[in-house]
Amino acid sequence: MTEAKRDILGFLLFAAAVLIAPFFFADSYILNVLVFVGINTLLAVALNLLLGFAGQISLGHAAFFGLGAYISGVMTAAHSFDPWLAMLIAAVSTGVAAFIIGFPILKLKGHYLAMATLGFGIIVYIVFNETVDLTGGPSGLPGIPNLSLGEFSFDNDIKNFYLIWAFTLLAMRISLNLYRSRIGRALRAIHDSEVAARVAGVNVKNLKVQIFTMSAVISALAGSLYAHTMTFISPASFGFNFSVELVTMVIIGGLGSVYGSFMGAAILTLLPEFLRIFHDYDIIVYGLLLILIIMFMPGGLAGGFRTALERLSRSRKQGAD
Amino acid sequence: MLVIKNLNTYYGQVHVLKNVSLHLREGEIVALIGANGAGKTTLLNTVSGITPARSGIVSYRGLPVQDLPPHRIVGLGVSQVPEGRQVFKPLVVEENLELGAYLLHRNKEGKEEAKKNLQMVYELFPVLAERRRQPAGTLSGGEQQMLAVGRALMAGPRLLLLDEPSMGLAPLIVQEIFRVIRSLVEERKTTILIVEQNAKAALNLADRGYVLDTGKIIMEGAASDLLVNRDVQRAYLGRDKKEIWER
Repeated sequence: MTEAKRDILGFLLFAAAVLIAPFFFADSYILNVLVFVGINTLLAVALNLLLGFAGQISLGHAAFFGLGAYISGVMTAAHSFDPWLAMLIAAVSTGVAAFIIGFPILKLKGHYLAMATLGFGIIVYIVFNETVDLTGGPSGLPGIPNLSLGEFSFDNDIKNFYLIWAFTLLAMRISLNLYRSRIGRALRAIHDSEVAARVAGVNVKNLKVQIFTMSAVISALAGSLYAHTMTFISPASFGFNFSVELVTMVIIGGLGSVYGSFMGAAILTLLPEFLRIFHDYDIIVYGLLLILIIMFMPGGLAGGFRTALERLSRSRKQGAD
Repeated sequence: MLVIKNLNTYYGQVHVLKNVSLHLREGEIVALIGANGAGKTTLLNTVSGITPARSGIVSYRGLPVQDLPPHRIVGLGVSQVPEGRQVFKPLVVEENLELGAYLLHRNKEGKEEAKKNLQMVYELFPVLAERRRQPAGTLSGGEQQMLAVGRALMAGPRLLLLDEPSMGLAPLIVQEIFRVIRSLVEERKTTILIVEQNAKAALNLADRGYVLDTGKIIMEGAASDLLVNRDVQRAYLGRDKKEIWER
């Protein structure tokens, strides 16, 4: 089987597994959690383009998520715009904002880039909190309508599950195609050595800004979907903690791996639910598990998964001999 | 082919290249030798656009290129093999090579050309063809240097800038790489500017040479003349080393 065929087959299997998942989890609570897995996967996939592919850190990605959510929320709840139009405007304007701040910010490297994106995230968070007339401030913004197609309204968990996962699967497919493409190779080259990428003819500055913008636009879409699914948003969901959580998802999942981003998002979304049995100690177990994963799987869950598969196929081959 | 006139390059306040002038004729191999910190790498980086000059002229085939960004300069046919190889370690060998043809891959004719260049690189360095599916980080030092040269050749350059291709390599591997460089000039009429600390090897390969010392060109001439020049021998080829030891 060629690599391209394996790639398509793997994706189809994954998509099929996602699409039939609701039939096994009829319980509405679990379904609700799976909706969040979808949104977080979309965000992790977006951040992975920047962090995993191009190797550029962002500690402010929750801001793009928040901008998407708030632009959609304010336009529809307070000004009765059509939700789809609001979503489009949210994505475009967040993209423009990312493009503008991208040029100065992405000149920075390493810790300095981390600081700059951190600062951006905090500024946006403060704006959400302080512009009370517009956003409702810390008490939040209620009354955001659901998305709908004609008479069909996405007003329950099962409908939202399919809506959100449609976007998430699309983003994953685009990422997978990008990875093997000419641009994907250039991004991975930037990750490894900027100077060598430049002498190979890659316009490093522009490419970094472009992928930063793309990542922000996908994050904004996730924000709009979140706002229209929850129908209520508040600044607390878009703070520094969530930015760090997104970085953790991508790293735990495996830098650069699209399926890894899903695994990281799934683990970090599901773990707190399962750890409830530890009551007050859940946060300690949570931290311990993350440390163990990184200690024993430096390539993240995706890397660990791959090694396990290779070992399995090797031992099977030896068994056949 | 390449004319550099009164070039001045700074790192912040530090004046690295001081009024450097040199030229390369088409199909020539020119060696730039000098001690650590003389500014050899900076000179190459200025030509390729990585470290832009503050003043002076770099003219490539009659076109002033000193203010162009690196990707434009690559597009004109100038490729650099950066110092310390800098292959993309997590990427497999073939991906590294395809990155060398990044600009060619933009359109159809370019892709055809890139395919031909890939064949040529595999013929020049058969070991790379054997290892095409292997991550570059798993190659030996010599193989990584071959990959770095191969990657630069993928763009089909007319001018190749080589930065310390012998660094940290066994003499046999250095010979192998220099043999390929010579064949590039003979068969493809590539022009080469090579920076080396291994002055003897570089001057044996080159037609002409320049000696760079703390940012200034202090000597130039035919490579064969430089090889027998007493000052060059004393400073860069180890002449009189014995007496110093005995003293």
